[in-house]
Amino acid sequence: MHSVRKPRNIGRVVIHLVLIALSVVFLLPFFWMLSTALKSESQIFVNPPVWFPRPMQWDNFKKAVEYIPFFKYMRNTTFVAIMDVLGTVIACPLAAYGLSRIEWKGRDALFFITIAVMMIPTEVTMVPSFILYNKLGLVGTYLPLYITSFFGGRPFMIFLLRQFFMNLPRDLEDAARIDGANELHIYAKIVLPLVVPGILTVALFRFMNSWNDFLGPLLYLSDEKMYTLSIGLQMFTTQYKTQWALLMAASLLITLPVIVIYFFVQKRFIEGITFSGIKG
Amino acid sequence: MSSVSGTEKGAAQPRKKRRTGIEGRKARIGVLFTLPWILGLLIFYVYPLISSVYYSFTSYSIINPGSFVGLQNYKDLMQDKLFWKSIQNTLIFTGVSVPVNILLGIVIAMLLNAKIRGRGVYRTIFFIPTLVPVVATATVWRWLMNPNYGLFNNILGAFGLGPVPWLASTQWSKFSLVMIAAWGIGQAIVINLGGLQDISPEHYEAASIDGASAWQKATRITIPLLTPVIFYNVVMGVINALQTFTLPYALTGGEGSPTHSLTFYVMHLYNNAFGYMKMGYASAMAWILFLIILVLTLVIFRTSKKWVHYQQ
Repeated sequence: MHSVRKPRNIGRVVIHLVLIALSVVFLLPFFWMLSTALKSESQIFVNPPVWFPRPMQWDNFKKAVEYIPFFKYMRNTTFVAIMDVLGTVIACPLAAYGLSRIEWKGRDALFFITIAVMMIPTEVTMVPSFILYNKLGLVGTYLPLYITSFFGGRPFMIFLLRQFFMNLPRDLEDAARIDGANELHIYAKIVLPLVVPGILTVALFRFMNSWNDFLGPLLYLSDEKMYTLSIGLQMFTTQYKTQWALLMAASLLITLPVIVIYFFVQKRFIEGITFSGIKG
Repeated sequence: MSSVSGTEKGAAQPRKKRRTGIEGRKARIGVLFTLPWILGLLIFYVYPLISSVYYSFTSYSIINPGSFVGLQNYKDLMQDKLFWKSIQNTLIFTGVSVPVNILLGIVIAMLLNAKIRGRGVYRTIFFIPTLVPVVATATVWRWLMNPNYGLFNNILGAFGLGPVPWLASTQWSKFSLVMIAAWGIGQAIVINLGGLQDISPEHYEAASIDGASAWQKATRITIPLLTPVIFYNVVMGVINALQTFTLPYALTGGEGSPTHSLTFYVMHLYNNAFGYMKMGYASAMAWILFLIILVLTLVIFRTSKKWVHYQQ
């Protein structure tokens, strides 16, 4: 017994050592972000580097949010993200339901098209979409950043939700249909509550994508007052020199909300990603 | 079963007629539920796709309606040195970054799949970098890789190595980008881990009885049974790598410097469309990118029959 267990334990120790070493590498950028954010100007450009700044310049966070209109940008980013999520959770489940729980002619064709457009790189539609929004006078507004979501324009999310709908029992809606309930009622009161986990996953993905989006705001926002955080972050470097401490402080502040959300709904996240990878 | 009797109610009418009635109703309901998406498809996919083909044959720009130029954009692209350079950059990056990420993703996932304590903590550590907005990732790594005061060169210096010019040299810039991209492999790790947990323990039990070593189990059972997941990661990895934009854009302020070693395909496309307002030209570029993605995806699918194994 003993002789069998020993090599196994050694194996585990080795695994832990390797994982710890890798963890240090993966965490280093975070540590360095925080460390730099807490440094005074004179501690930044020194050799050898200062690992633990003394005293810690917590003041840098205050300076960072004043250097750019941080909270205004945060409001803008939040607004776009919430609108995107709202549109997605309204339109995508509708489409996913129509593509899974109702048998109708054309359904399979529409599903095939949904899968097909997932393959089209965004760059192909980017230029004509911009031209279209420009014709409609919408360039410079937030609308182009989220309006697609209200039309279910996130095919991957439709695909993901469809899998959730497909997993529900076959005759779920039948009893209600016999009772003469209308289809919208069946959808909203009977089926939708059962796919809440899927909807949460989708909402989370969209929130993250929108919060981190760079290309969209870069294309459509020109007024500095309307910038989102990812565009605003660039302003620390457009000066003659980079304000490293402030830039790191701001980078941490941008990342923080996403990480906080992650810790609250970690399970949902992991499930969603695993799901897309395995079943997709 | 009540469902059957439900639809069978009022069976007085001829069967055929009632059926089309129900089917018509179902079709109406189906269309109603998917109507927003059908509209979305038309507005955000069909229309842009058709107009993109059209624009690619014109000299259109926002300020100038342009004219029909036939294949001129495509011909011009063949003469565009930066176009070829951007293809080269993108392909090199894809060719190195995807295998590195796949390999690292498998190794870390397999380590995490060992029944060890603190697995959740490790998983979180490897996953968190994927949550960082790309612009923030770019700024941190630009600072870590700063040639004079960056942490990396300081650490290397302590061992008597370096300094490495990282993002400042054409030789190192793409390698630096591969490193930064590898920081964000958390999603692949999670997907791999899911795949590993799907492998039935019976396989390992049977192998243990046959006296298989840990290495044999890993190479004869784990890796082959993980190939469907690896396949998914390769396809998604290649598609995403070919469309790399934000990271090199944010790292270089859109310049692709030094000397265009970080000018990626989509950056060149973006600069043409919205920098020089050559939107027809950029549309032609978009279609060529689509073609490249399509061909590479098909090639991967073709080869997959040889190396992807499915359980049972």
